Amino acid sequence: MRGDVVIAGIGHTAFGKLPGRSPTSMNVEAVRNALADARVEKEAVDAVFVKYPTSGHVPMYGQVVAEALGVQPRIGGVWDQGGATNISMLSFAAMAIAHGQCDVAVVTTADNPRTGTRQAYERAWGDDAVFGWFGTPAGYAMIARRHMEEFGTTHEHLGEIAVAARRHGAANPDAQLRSAITLEDFARSRPVVDPFCRDDCCLISDGAAAIVVMSKERARQLGVPAPVPVLGFGQGQTSWEVAQRPTLTETAAAVSARTAFAMAGVRPEDVDVAQLYDCFTITVLMTLEDYGFCTKGQGGPFVAGGTLQLGGGLPVNTSGGLLSETGMPGMQLVLEGVRQMRGTSANQVAGARTCVVSNQGGIMHTHSTLVLGQE
Amino acid sequence: MLPRPEVTPLTEPYWSGLAAGELRFQRCHACGNAWLPARDQCPRCLSGSRTWEVASGGGRIISWVVYRQAVHEAFAERVPYNVAIVELDEGPRLITNVDAPEEDLAIELPVRLRIDEDDGVFLPRFTLAGRR
Ligand SMILES: [Zn+2]
Repeated sequence: MRGDVVIAGIGHTAFGKLPGRSPTSMNVEAVRNALADARVEKEAVDAVFVKYPTSGHVPMYGQVVAEALGVQPRIGGVWDQGGATNISMLSFAAMAIAHGQCDVAVVTTADNPRTGTRQAYERAWGDDAVFGWFGTPAGYAMIARRHMEEFGTTHEHLGEIAVAARRHGAANPDAQLRSAITLEDFARSRPVVDPFCRDDCCLISDGAAAIVVMSKERARQLGVPAPVPVLGFGQGQTSWEVAQRPTLTETAAAVSARTAFAMAGVRPEDVDVAQLYDCFTITVLMTLEDYGFCTKGQGGPFVAGGTLQLGGGLPVNTSGGLLSETGMPGMQLVLEGVRQMRGTSANQVAGARTCVVSNQGGIMHTHSTLVLGQE
Repeated sequence: MLPRPEVTPLTEPYWSGLAAGELRFQRCHACGNAWLPARDQCPRCLSGSRTWEVASGGGRIISWVVYRQAVHEAFAERVPYNVAIVELDEGPRLITNVDAPEEDLAIELPVRLRIDEDDGVFLPRFTLAGRR
C-alpha cells in the first residue's frame, strides 16, 4: 500500500498560551482548518481519530470530539501511546482506508497543559517519589546520562540539536519561541535536572493540529490540491519503566524505523529532511542512531558542526520542533513533513523528495515512524 | 514531609523488611527470575508462585541524575540531590539515592546498601563501595 494513501490536508490552531480554550474547541478549529486546506467538505468525513488530552481524562473522548464536529464516524476513537499516538492513529487510519473500513479520516490532537494542568509531566513515579523521583525530564535525563558515559556524548552535542531547532523556529512565523540561540547560550541555560538544562527541554504549550487522510484515488476524485503520499509507517514499543529497561541507550525507534523504511522502500541515505520528536535533545540524538543515520553511540559526532541545520547534511525539525515551534506532542512534526513535501515550509529544504517523521511517547516507551514522499 | 509510599498487601513485606533492616526482593519458584518492584506474577514465566529473599546489599550504578530544582515541595530544601538506578547483585533494579558527592558518581560503580530512616520512612539507599 506504499503511496496508496495520502495526507490531503493539514490544519492547526495558534500555539502557546490559549486561556479559556478547551481541547474540544481546539480540535474542532484544527479539523476545520485541515478540511479547508484539503478543500474537502465535512460531510465526506467518516472516521475520527483523536489523541487523548493529558490535561484531563474524558471517557469516550473520541465521541465527544465527533459530536462537536457533527460527524457520525464509521470508525475511530482515542488512542493512548503518548506522543507516538499521532502517527500510530494515522497508520491505523491508512490501513482502515485500504481495507474499506472508512473513506475519509481526520486525525486530530489538542491539549492545554500550559493554561490547564501540566500535572501529567510532573507526576511522581509511584512509591519512588519518596526518593525524589518525579517528572518526565528526569526520566530522559537518566537515559541521557547513560548515553554520555557509555559513548562519550557531550552536553555540547545535545546543544547542537537545540541550536538547530531554535534557528528553524526563529524563521517560522507560527512558532511559539522565535529566538535563535548559540552553543554558548545553550551552555549558560538554567540547570533543571542534570545533565539537562532548560534549553534541553521542550516547551509546554496549548494548541491543536489535525490532518485529513484518504486514498490517493479519493483525493483525485475530490480535487484535493496538494496531497502528500504516505510511503511507509511503523511502530515499536517497550514495556519497561526506565529503571527496569535492560538497555537504556537503545529504543523502540529501531524496530519502528525498520518497519517503516521497508514499507517505503527507502534507506536513511535517501532521506532529505527529517522531523524527529524532540521532547528533549537526547531523543533526537538517539533516534538518529536507531534510524540508522549513524551507528549506535555516534550520534554526538554526527550532529556536531551544524549537520541538523538548514544547509547541513540532514536538516531536522525545520519548523522548530517541540523545542521551538510548540511543545505539542508530535502532530506539528507531521504537518511540517507535509509542508516540506509540498515545498511550502518556512525553512524549505531545496529539492527535498523524502521526509521521515518520528513520534514518541512516555519515556521512550512508544515510537512511531512515518515516511512521506511526493506525487 | 516526604511523600509516603502506599503500602499494600503486595508491598507490605518490602516495607516491613526495610524497617527490620533488610532489603527484600521477589524470586520466582518456577523459573528463578528475581525482580523489584513487587508483582503478583513473575514477568518472565507468569507463574504466581514466588517468595521474598533478602538482598546481599551489593550493586552497581546504571545511571543517575541530579535535580537542580525541586518538583515537589518536600525536596525544596534538598536540592541539589541525586536519584540513581541501581542494579542489585541478584539482578533486580531499583530507584534510589546514592550518598556521595556528585563528582564521584559514574555508571557501573559498585555500591553498598545502607538503610536510612528518613522522615519516619525506612529507605534503601547506597554508598560507594570503592573509591574511583
Ligand atoms: Zn518465573
